[in-house]
Amino acid sequence: MSQVVINDSEVDIVIGALHSDLTSFMNEWKPIFSRFHLIIIKDPDLKGDLQIPGGFKADVYTKSDIERVIGSSSSVRFSGYACRYFGFLISKKKYVVCIDDDCVPAKDNSGNLVDAVAQHVLNLQTPATPFFFNTLYDPFRKGADFVRGYPFSLRSGVDCVLSCGLWLNLADLDAPTQALKPGQRNLRYVDAVLTVPARAMMPVSGINIAFNREAVGPALVPALRLAGEGKLRWETVEDIWCGMCVKVICDHLGFGVKSGLPYVWRTERGDAIESLKKEWEGVKLMEDVVPFFQSLRLPQSATTAEGCVVEMAKIVKEQLGKIDPMFSQAAESMEEWVKLWKSVGSG
Amino acid sequence: MATPYVPLLKEELDIVIPTIRNLDFLEMWRPFFQPYHLIIVQDGDPNKTINVPPGFDYELYNRNDINRILGPKASCISFKDSACRCFGYMVSKKKYIYTIDDDCFVAKDPSGKEINALEQHIKNLLCPSTPFFFNTLYDPYREGADFVRGYPFSLREGAPTAVSHGLWLNIPDYDAPTQLVKPLERNSRYVDAVLTIPKGTLFPMCGMNLAFDRELIGPAMYFGLMGDGQPIGRYDDMWAGWCVKVICDHLGLGVKTGLPYIWHSKASNPFVNLKKEYKGIFWQEEIIPFFQSATLPKECTSVQKCYIELSKQVKEKLGPVDPYFNKLADAMVTWIEAWDELNNTSEAASSKEANGVAAK
Repeated sequence: MSQVVINDSEVDIVIGALHSDLTSFMNEWKPIFSRFHLIIIKDPDLKGDLQIPGGFKADVYTKSDIERVIGSSSSVRFSGYACRYFGFLISKKKYVVCIDDDCVPAKDNSGNLVDAVAQHVLNLQTPATPFFFNTLYDPFRKGADFVRGYPFSLRSGVDCVLSCGLWLNLADLDAPTQALKPGQRNLRYVDAVLTVPARAMMPVSGINIAFNREAVGPALVPALRLAGEGKLRWETVEDIWCGMCVKVICDHLGFGVKSGLPYVWRTERGDAIESLKKEWEGVKLMEDVVPFFQSLRLPQSATTAEGCVVEMAKIVKEQLGKIDPMFSQAAESMEEWVKLWKSVGSG
Repeated sequence: MATPYVPLLKEELDIVIPTIRNLDFLEMWRPFFQPYHLIIVQDGDPNKTINVPPGFDYELYNRNDINRILGPKASCISFKDSACRCFGYMVSKKKYIYTIDDDCFVAKDPSGKEINALEQHIKNLLCPSTPFFFNTLYDPYREGADFVRGYPFSLREGAPTAVSHGLWLNIPDYDAPTQLVKPLERNSRYVDAVLTIPKGTLFPMCGMNLAFDRELIGPAMYFGLMGDGQPIGRYDDMWAGWCVKVICDHLGLGVKTGLPYIWHSKASNPFVNLKKEYKGIFWQEEIIPFFQSATLPKECTSVQKCYIELSKQVKEKLGPVDPYFNKLADAMVTWIEAWDELNNTSEAASSKEANGVAAK
């Protein structure tokens, strides 16, 4: 697949533990994870001890660790899926790879195990091409290139700072869709990585992502928390909000975002129909959130990821705060997050 | 949800093929193309006879026909370049066009099955596009796919699809410099996806394997002034693609790319290509920013109005780059005039007699 040489010391794998028994999850990933440092954050709401098999270089953080680092009165709540952001905060590495604890390695069309970490790092180490669409997808992949008509001045690309992977088996569909199609499984392995063009917005799923922490760490904000947020992906939109913040910031700073490979094999638990009751909140919010981000422009004075988040928080408060208090809360969390990042994260 | 049966659209689709050599490639396509009407645009020497394999229903136009039908307006149709194919779009009376090069053959998918490219293009055109928000699972209307979590419900109806841009296995569509550096590279990666190119994003549109809704976007599919007597070649489809995308974005129409694949068999001579493309490679650097920042006023509510407006902007902003662009801008206007003449009045239609005999 890839010829990239990954420097182990540049990568942290962050796992948000929403289930206490991580044994089979970790064992499935062992061939791929064992060489890297793992940061495992236990959801503060999870009762009982985490079960983690041996053979890994893992550091585990629980509620008390979180409180020790950030204090107990922070408006940023690292609970549920948002616990992984704590891992992003304390990581000291250049690249962070983050995969949900209900996913295992997928197999490609030839039956080979997909090394999701290697693919993510490869995506982050090769340029992105957000300013012009290449019809042969990633031009830096072996066997591909820029096509006729692609301007030469745009062929060096820009740094890719976010890599959004996909999911076989249970795709990241929302509750209404999954409830309507309970038998639907995603079995289509699309052998492509592509850059999501500048100014195009997308839903970034938190299930399988990687990012350049040095470039955009602060931009991955744990901010939008649904009033009825739950412990299933269908009951959250925190990653969707986070992803749109990151995309706007990347577009503003001239960074790239890729989507496509790698795939993971996802086995979400839960009942879509049950989640429908909670999901509607998120679904409705999207109708306001998306137009907001599509038209959001950051001031030229924002030249760093932190600066962008601060500016964005102001605009969120001004424009979305009046629609729903959840947005004012999100803006506050974003401001708080930047402060945390400055005191904890940039060390 | 996708239905298993794909309407053939036999009475609604024309296949436009430019050729200067022969049409032997049609034999391989026979099972898929025979139900359809072909419009063959013969480039080069009009005295040469192009053999069409028997059993196809077609009309054929050579340069003499083009001159006869368009009169002085024929100046907008290129000579000695496959750009002449857009004449076929103009004279077609159908809703949909599929255009394919005569060195493109039937490809096989990874399971070894022959790909009915036309069927896939039809599916692409009949299904909505999603230009306003990117779906990470690609075409949400495909069987087995859907919109992902976070995709706003208000955007799930999508937009009408104006263009379906297919891809190529084997010889990839590289420019001359890339061909020179990588003469042996072959595209062997079958990417099983159709996706919408987001609004506001331009792309290089290749005319080798292309389908479009003529009623939605036809007048914008002018392939420019290329070939004989022109300073540039191999930018015909590119030029059309940039105009088309700007207009589609303005009118709320979608452009898809991806499946279907065809098998591209012939690698053109990179040195010949370099000569043709040379100026384009430099001009591209001005042309792209022009299109990226082009805006159309809201009074432009039809494709023709958008196109005429674009031609004015081309003259104004690209004219200074080279006098060629003044000529091109004029040709864009001539094209629209010719299009409207041929497509709005019945007198024009009856004077258009083709050269070829329709087969039984």
